[in-house]
Formats: sequence, C-alpha cells, structure tokens
Amino acid sequence: MASGKKLHSITALFKSPDEIINAAKKTTSAGYKKFDVNTPYPVHGMDGAMGLGQSKIGFVTLFFGLTGAAFIFLFMWWSFAASYNIVVGGKPFLAAPAFIPITFETTVLFAAISTVVGMIAVYFKLPDNSHPLHDTEYMKAVSGDKFGLVIEAEDSQFDKVKVSEFLNGLGAYKIEEVYYPEKEEFRMFSPKFLLFLGIVVIATCGTTYVTLNKAMYVTPFDWMDYQDKLVAQEKSNIWANDEGMRPPVEGTVARSDMPYPYMGQTTPTNVLVNPTFPNKEILALGKKKFLTFCSPCHGNLGDGNSRLNGQFPNGPTLHSDKIINYSDGMIYHIMTNGQNAMPSYARQVTRKERWAIVDYIRVLQRAQNAKESDLQAVNKESVSNVQN
Amino acid sequence: MSLDYSKEIPLVQGDLTMEDLDNAIVKPLDSKPSNKYFIALAFTSGLLLLGVLGVSLTFYFGIGEWGNNQPVAWGWGITNFVFWVGIAHAGTLISAILYLLRQKWRTAIARFSEAMTIFAVICAGIFPIIHTGRPWLAGYLIPYPNSHSLWPNFVSPLVWDVFAVSTYFTVSLLFWYVGLIPDFATLRDRTVSKVKKTIYSLFSLGWRHSNRHWRHYEKVYMILAGLATPLVLSVHTVVSFDFAVAVLPGWHSTIFPPYFVAGAIFSGFAMVVTALVFMRKVFDLENVITMDHLERMNKIILLTGSMVGYAYLMEFFISWYSGVPTEQYVAINRAFGPYAWGYWIMVSCNSLFPQLFWIKKFRRSIPVMFFVVILVNVGMWFERFIIIASSLHRDFLPSSWGYFSPTWVDFSILIGSFGLFFTLVLLFTKTLPVVAMSEIKGVVEGAQPSHHGGDHNG
Repeated sequence: MASGKKLHSITALFKSPDEIINAAKKTTSAGYKKFDVNTPYPVHGMDGAMGLGQSKIGFVTLFFGLTGAAFIFLFMWWSFAASYNIVVGGKPFLAAPAFIPITFETTVLFAAISTVVGMIAVYFKLPDNSHPLHDTEYMKAVSGDKFGLVIEAEDSQFDKVKVSEFLNGLGAYKIEEVYYPEKEEFRMFSPKFLLFLGIVVIATCGTTYVTLNKAMYVTPFDWMDYQDKLVAQEKSNIWANDEGMRPPVEGTVARSDMPYPYMGQTTPTNVLVNPTFPNKEILALGKKKFLTFCSPCHGNLGDGNSRLNGQFPNGPTLHSDKIINYSDGMIYHIMTNGQNAMPSYARQVTRKERWAIVDYIRVLQRAQNAKESDLQAVNKESVSNVQN
Repeated sequence: MSLDYSKEIPLVQGDLTMEDLDNAIVKPLDSKPSNKYFIALAFTSGLLLLGVLGVSLTFYFGIGEWGNNQPVAWGWGITNFVFWVGIAHAGTLISAILYLLRQKWRTAIARFSEAMTIFAVICAGIFPIIHTGRPWLAGYLIPYPNSHSLWPNFVSPLVWDVFAVSTYFTVSLLFWYVGLIPDFATLRDRTVSKVKKTIYSLFSLGWRHSNRHWRHYEKVYMILAGLATPLVLSVHTVVSFDFAVAVLPGWHSTIFPPYFVAGAIFSGFAMVVTALVFMRKVFDLENVITMDHLERMNKIILLTGSMVGYAYLMEFFISWYSGVPTEQYVAINRAFGPYAWGYWIMVSCNSLFPQLFWIKKFRRSIPVMFFVVILVNVGMWFERFIIIASSLHRDFLPSSWGYFSPTWVDFSILIGSFGLFFTLVLLFTKTLPVVAMSEIKGVVEGAQPSHHGGDHNG
C-alpha cells in the first residue's frame, strides 16, 4: 500500500453467524471501542455482544407524534373558531369528536416521517457514499452472505500489528486494511459548473413557462376564460337592439320607487318643495355630488368657468338673477329632467343627492354674491360667540 | 400430501443458501427482459392508454361522459376508488400486522404486497380527483394559507378521506423504502454496471450493513409497523365514514367500519394471491414464495370472506331490527330489486366460493385458488357498486327514483385503472427486488446464531 495514504481501519471477514457473535464478544471484552460489525441482515444477539443498549429512537416518534396531534387539533379548532367560522347546525366550533380522524392521521404522519428522517439523517448520518468502507472487497462480502468486523484506526488501543494478530486469532478467513480514499475536489465556482447551473436555470424556467402558459393553456385548463355565454356589454344578434343587455320594458318601475311625475315638462312646478334642511351633512353631500357631476360644465364655483370651456357647449353661470330667482323645485326639475344641452341626471344622482346639490348651489350663490351686510352679520355672530 | 402443522414449516424450501437466494431474487434485474415480458407490458399499457383516453374525454367534455346522474351521483368513480383502496390494505397488513404478530412467513411476500399497496393507492387516488370534474383544483383540499382565507371543512368525512389516504400512501411509501435501503446497498455491491451502481448508491444512501445501524433500523421497523397497524385499520374505516355518516338508508350504519376493513383485507389478499401465482412461476421463486405461503393467505381469505358474509346477513337483521320502514325496504330492494343480479354476484363470489378453502386440497391447488381469488376480485368490486348504486337509486323520495347505467367511458376508465396497476407491477418486478433480500436471508436455516442468545440480549 502507498505510504501516503491514511489508514482508516482493519477489517476481518467471517463465514458463520456463530463466529461473528464470538468475535464481537471478544472484541468488546478486549476493550476496543471504535469497532463495528457488518452483517447482511440483523443478527440476533449482536447488540448484546457489542455491548449496545436499547435504541432510544422511540422517543423521537413519541415526541413528534404528540406534536403532530396537538398541532393539528389546535389548528382545526383555530380555523373553525377564529380564522373562518363554519357554522354547522349551531354546533360548537370545538367539534372534538369530528376532529379525531384527522388528528389521528396527522399523528401517524408526523410520527412516521420524523422517525424515518431522524433515523437516516441524525442516527445514521446518511447519506454518506464516500465512506472509506465503500467499494472494498469487505463491503461486497458483507452485502452478500459474509459477516464482517471492523476495528477503526481512531480507537485509542489501535496498533496495526496487534489488531491484525488479534483478528487472526479470532479465526477470520480474510483480513484487509482499508485506507481513506483520496479526497476529490469539487470546486463550486468553476466555469463549467456555473455554465451547467445556467443551463439548468434557463431550461427549468423555459419549460415551466411553456408548459403552464402555452402547452397547458387549452380547454379545459384555461381557467374558464372562454365560455358560451352572453355578457351584458357584448353585441348580440339574438335581440332586436343588437345588444346582449336586455332593456326594461317601457314603463317599468323599480320596486318602492315612484317615478318622477314631471318628466318632459318644461314649466317649473311649484309643488316640488325642498324636503332637506341644509345642515352640515347635507351640504357636504351636495358639495361632493356638485363637484362630481355639475362642476365639469358649470365650474367648481358654479360660475360657468370650467375646464371644459371652449371644448363643449359652455354651461351657463349659476349666479345669474334668473337662476337665483328660480325656486328650489325648478333647479331640481332641471337636474332631473335636463334642459337644452344638459341631459337628465336622474339615473346617476339620487333624489336626496339632487336636493343636496340644490342646497349647495344656494350656498354658492350666497357666497359668490356676498354683500357687506353678510359680513357684518357674520362678525356679529362671532362676537356674540366670544361673549358666550 | 400430508403436513405436520405442529412443527415449524421451513420458510425457504429447496435448501437454498444465501447466495442462491440473492442470485434468484436479483436475476430478473440483471437479465434482459424476454419477449413475453414485452408482450405483457404492451398489453397492460394498452389498457392504460384506454383509461387515458377515457380520462381525457372526461376532462374535455366534463363529467357528463359518465353514467352518473341524479339520483346515482356517485356511480363508478367512487366504486373504483373504494375498490382500489381496499386492494391496498393487504400490503400493510402483511408487512405491519403480521410483523407485529411475529409471523415470519410474511418475509417472502411482504415486499411484493407492499408494492401492490402503493400502486393500488395510486389507482385509488385518481378516482376522487377525476370525479370532482375539475381535477386541477384538487389543491384546495390541502389546508394551506390561501388568498381566499378559507380552510377545508375539517368535520367532513370527505376531507377525512383526503387525510387518511394521503397519510396511508406516505407511510406505506416510507415503510417500503426503509425496507429497500439494505437491498439497494446489496444491489450496489453486486452490480458491474456503472449507471446502475450510481442509481443504487443514490437510493442506498451509503448504507453499510453496520450493526450500529441495524440496531436502530430494527427498532424503527417495529415502530413503523406499530404506526401502520392502526393506520391501515383507520383508512378503510374513514372510507366507510363517507357512507356511514350520511343519512341515506343503506349507508347510515355503524357496521360499516369493521365490514369495510374486513372486506378490504379480503380483496387485498385476493389480489396479492392473483399476482403471486404468476410472479413465483415467472421468476422461478417457487422455493421462496412456497405453496405454504399461498395456503396461509387462502386461510386469511376464508376468514375475511366469512366475516364479510356475516356482515351481509347482519345488514338484513339490523334493518329489520331498526324498525325503520325505509331501511327495511332498502335491504329487501338490494337483494330482490333492480340490482338483485349484482347483489347475488357479490354474495356468491365473496361468501360462497371462498368456502372451498375449508378443504386443504383446494387451499393448495393453484387452479382452484386462482379461480376463487378472481371471483373474489369481481365480487368485491360488485360489493362497492351495490353499496353505492342500490342505496342511491331509491331513497326517501319515490318520485326521484332512477337506475344507473354506465357508459363506455366508465368502462374504459375502470379498465385503464387495471392497466395502470399491472403496468406498475410489471415495471416493479424488473427494477426492484421482489423479495426483501436482507429479510429473507435472516430467516433461512442457519442464519441466526445457534445458541439463541439473541432473544435475551445475552
């Protein structure tokens, strides 16, 4: 053997289970600690012969099984009682009997997975395909039908000559020295590896994109994007008006809604009385609706100075004597019925909102045409406020 | 042929050494498949393709391609699901329950029946998903924090099913894989092909047959068996809850969980025997999977078949004893109504023909047992169909009574599921050792130390 290599262990092969049990017992009593027995199947009594106790892995199962049970039970309770209440016939949210099946299944699932993962990763420290024993004649023999004993060089009593003699004395039919394999280097940032990574990334992204967005995007996996139904806004030659939407029959009245009786009339009516009292809320509502629906033509202040000036028939000022002298009902009627170029706003603005706009127009008219006496009245009020 | 049952029957016959066993088990993996194998594979893949066609039509045109309609809304989709889940029960019973009962004869057949379990669960899992009609939305069954802020309805038996079947699949797969690790290591050390060696090394995880590992390994195997035993009983119990929790007469019955579990073991063993009869012959494993194995399986078939027969009688008694006219009507209607033909196929296949196994000569005769287990497979499929169709087709409201007739798409999907199952079984026999090598070597004559010190850790 090459002198540069580091010795891992000395191995011995035996032919029968009786021999290996004896060998293990003698190795234990000789005081070796770092030794192992490799057998193609578990040999009964070997744990005792090697001085090994009971496996404690059952506690892993117990711990994670109970964790799984507690987790899923509390989770189901939380999802029913806190996250999204599902009421089933007024029964309590903590439906413990009905939680039992899932609690049981999850207990088993957690326990089984944690036991196997714990055994392989924590107890066995596997996967480990670079262990020195791999690819030796020894490993090939114990994989088949032979029984092997290995004493590692790390053992405190290890001495190459003595151990060989000891193993010979046990009656081994073959003794082999096992050396550490030469370390193979895998450099992370070699250009070849980076290129490989790049190809993997592009191939994965590309395949995913094509699969999900192109190949899979066929009926029925197209998320019901295409359906044989008529949407209200679509053109349709089924109906006389060529629209998918069905207009209501003439004279249709919405439930609990009296139609406006003066539609189409030009004469203002005196019967229309403003039902609102211009308090703060009504004026705020009126201002909001005025700025939304009226200001594009009549201007923010109702003076006809709007941003559409010149591009559209100008809305007249609301501060003319004619309009100031209109009754509330007349202004309401114009909004409801429309006048000249102005269409009816009855469909967009509710009755209450229209009356609120009327109130707000009155405020604008007073504010835009304020007189000295108004100012005095305000002062008087504020002075009296201070005194109080 | 006379057998002395007071003595332990040798588990492996023909004085095979461990090396012979390894060679016999690995032979199908190392040799090129014969023409017969390819013919068999072509046949099963053809059946599978037929199923793929049926499923594609179902996806494209919708669930209306099936015979399902009101009042029989569950039809064959759920029948096949329950049938395949039932088949899946034999594997875990053999590998877990018989392990805990120290039945060493399980060793030779455990690997193969575990594989059948996994394949049967795969077949079963397909049916509820395609039966929803929108299989791409199946992910909503998993409780994950989604943008709808919704969780599955955890008190619904259908959600219990999702948990039970997926847990069963996961645990069976783990159990199977844990058993395979030492075998992968043996294969790794035997093979001369570099590609095979890489694959085996990967799956063996670098297993070294170390006794310091075997110590934990055996414990884990026992823990997994202990976990899988209640699990296997729970799975078909939960499946039976799909029916028993409903208020439908003929379903709403507390006898369902034990009745379903017995039926599941019954049908699973029948399917395992069906496959083993061929497998042991084709792969020259007659000395490993012996006639004694088959005889023992037939005894369990006899037992569970009689339990199922008892349940059939008990259903009549309970419906009479309940005093509910609708229940009584359903029981009578099952046996003498429009589905009487199916009911009597079920009763004769499941309860009468297995009685042949009282006679030892029949238990040990390949043609007789093959005849019986095929009938059991048929009968158990009919049992699920009768439970679903005969209860649904006439419920409380006579105005909505109806009759279920399958379409050819129903047939193609059922046939396809058999195609999938046997294709997977065929691929398995050529890729993995069909008998657990590390386990069978441990039970041959002279494999354990002669002084029995092991049992007392001496």
